[in-house]
Amino acid sequence: MTVTPPTVAAETPRRSLRRFRSIKGRQTWAGLAMMAPAGILLVLFLGIPVILAFGLSFTNARLISPNPPRFVGLDNFMRAFTADPVFIDSVWNTIVFALVVVPVQAGLGLLLALLVNRRLRGVTAFRVIFFIPVVTSIVVVSILWKFMYQEDGLINSMIDMLTFGAWSGVDWLNNPNTALGAIIVLSIWQAVGFHMIIWLAGLQTIPEELYEAAKMDGAGPWRQFTAVTWPGLRPTMVFVLVTITIAALGLFVQVDVMTQGGPVNSTTTIVFHAVRKGYEQQEIGYAAAISLIFFVAVLIIALIQRRLTREKA
Amino acid sequence: MATTTPAPPKPTPAGSPAPAPSAATPKSKNGGRVFTYIALTLFGVIFLFPLVFMFVSSLKPDSQILQDIDSPAAFLPVGDISLDNYFGVFDRVPVAQFLFNSILVTVLTVGLGLIVNSMAGFALSRLEWKGRIVVLALVIATLIVPFETIAVPMVYWVAQLPTLVIEGGVLKYDFGWLNTYEVQIVPFIANAFSIFLFTQYFSTIPKSLDEAARIDGASWFTIYRRILVPLSGPAFATVAILTFLPAWNQYLWPLMVVQKEELRPVMVGMQYFFQLNTAWGEVMAYTSLITLPVLIVFLVFQRAFVSSIAASGVKG
Repeated sequence: MTVTPPTVAAETPRRSLRRFRSIKGRQTWAGLAMMAPAGILLVLFLGIPVILAFGLSFTNARLISPNPPRFVGLDNFMRAFTADPVFIDSVWNTIVFALVVVPVQAGLGLLLALLVNRRLRGVTAFRVIFFIPVVTSIVVVSILWKFMYQEDGLINSMIDMLTFGAWSGVDWLNNPNTALGAIIVLSIWQAVGFHMIIWLAGLQTIPEELYEAAKMDGAGPWRQFTAVTWPGLRPTMVFVLVTITIAALGLFVQVDVMTQGGPVNSTTTIVFHAVRKGYEQQEIGYAAAISLIFFVAVLIIALIQRRLTREKA
Repeated sequence: MATTTPAPPKPTPAGSPAPAPSAATPKSKNGGRVFTYIALTLFGVIFLFPLVFMFVSSLKPDSQILQDIDSPAAFLPVGDISLDNYFGVFDRVPVAQFLFNSILVTVLTVGLGLIVNSMAGFALSRLEWKGRIVVLALVIATLIVPFETIAVPMVYWVAQLPTLVIEGGVLKYDFGWLNTYEVQIVPFIANAFSIFLFTQYFSTIPKSLDEAARIDGASWFTIYRRILVPLSGPAFATVAILTFLPAWNQYLWPLMVVQKEELRPVMVGMQYFFQLNTAWGEVMAYTSLITLPVLIVFLVFQRAFVSSIAASGVKG
């Protein structure tokens, strides 16, 4: 704030100082006033729920109950890890889902980005096509694939056709061995276009001269990729990995629409379990504890990922 | 989360030629091109077939769908084609009401969000005030909180908020936001990521503009309204698109807090189709019906869509 209007500069030092202060004061008021609407809403619908989640997780609160919540210490956390086998299944399924989805979706997204990042006729049309599932609601996608996954559905009839009847498929969503895999496939199909666009944006920040220089040095396409493209994509990679991981850990809609956690808990996830406990079974305190465990896990994984990817840089 | 490289949301037009690593010799270039087209087509089929199947099936009675499933006819509008499923959907559920609810919720969430979040972005990027740095850090920190983790406590919380209701023509004071429109809108207006994008974009616009306007006696709100807003079209487009999709696709939240049929959005409306015998033709008609508006918006604005998503990721 060193720039002062000429009229002010001509005044005495003391008056200009007061003037300076009042400008500063008015800026504070303006700043607070313009921040207030968003600030109040964020406190009401983010800050307080976070504090509530923390507080409720140590109580036996129920959604509709004549009795006030009672403090139960770490009981909810003990129950989750020792007395609730469905929670353990949920954690396991969530981990398996993330371990498959994160590398496959990130890799496939990069492959698609490399394919559409070329000066070719009609390449924009393919970008649009690959992105269409992203704008389609995951609820719609889940219902559509549920229909296709039926025992006499489209997927099995296609497999039947492609293998000339050698393999007639299974009832994908009703088989404990295949249900989670089936959900993984449609999840990748739906979201990979989003990450293709992020990779594409990253690819376009790499200067063309680097490729020219690499070509001068006699580098082939593969060498160009490992020496120029991949190092240039490092910041993008952090973003892609973190967003896919957080999204994967939050798996809910597909499970809720397609399997309700079954068969025999083979597709239940942490968020699905929390919602089932907290909402359907009204055990808010216990659900809050599960949510808190989930949040701490997300936080730790995000921090580890950032640390790992930063050190390599 | 993003203290490094504060890249502004610069739109990268999807249609513009991309700097492409081309292969060394003309011969391998051609081979590469053919291979690329084969791969693109293969992936294109994989990405399109479920949606083509959905739209085609919505035109067929269930018997025709089952009959066609073993042949390529599953993807072609052949046989007993009609709009009967669509009429059936209108008989089964209040589609018009659901669509109205979703449009209302989406328009208000996006519209109010643009105003509230851009003002916050202005305060955080262009005004010097005590606590600015702390508030900015808090906003960025909240980016990491997944909505799923606070969804259940939030139900508990909104069930106790005060609200005004009209009962028998009299305005009354009541508690509980369950089964209202506001519970679907108000919690999603302020958005940390939107604030962050606006803050980034506004800080790329020269501050000398503000100073000139101050000398002319403009208030800070006038500077925001008359200078920053008109100069920030791309930022507004980005935030509008990024908040439009989740608002239209809301599912978990309305499922939990809205039981009244006449207030529910389109996604929750799906539930009405899964009783006893599922009529798949009608289900496909309904999903087509609620997907088409979004697809049309996307195809019309696809350039803006793609650059918005790209802008959200370039921040590193």
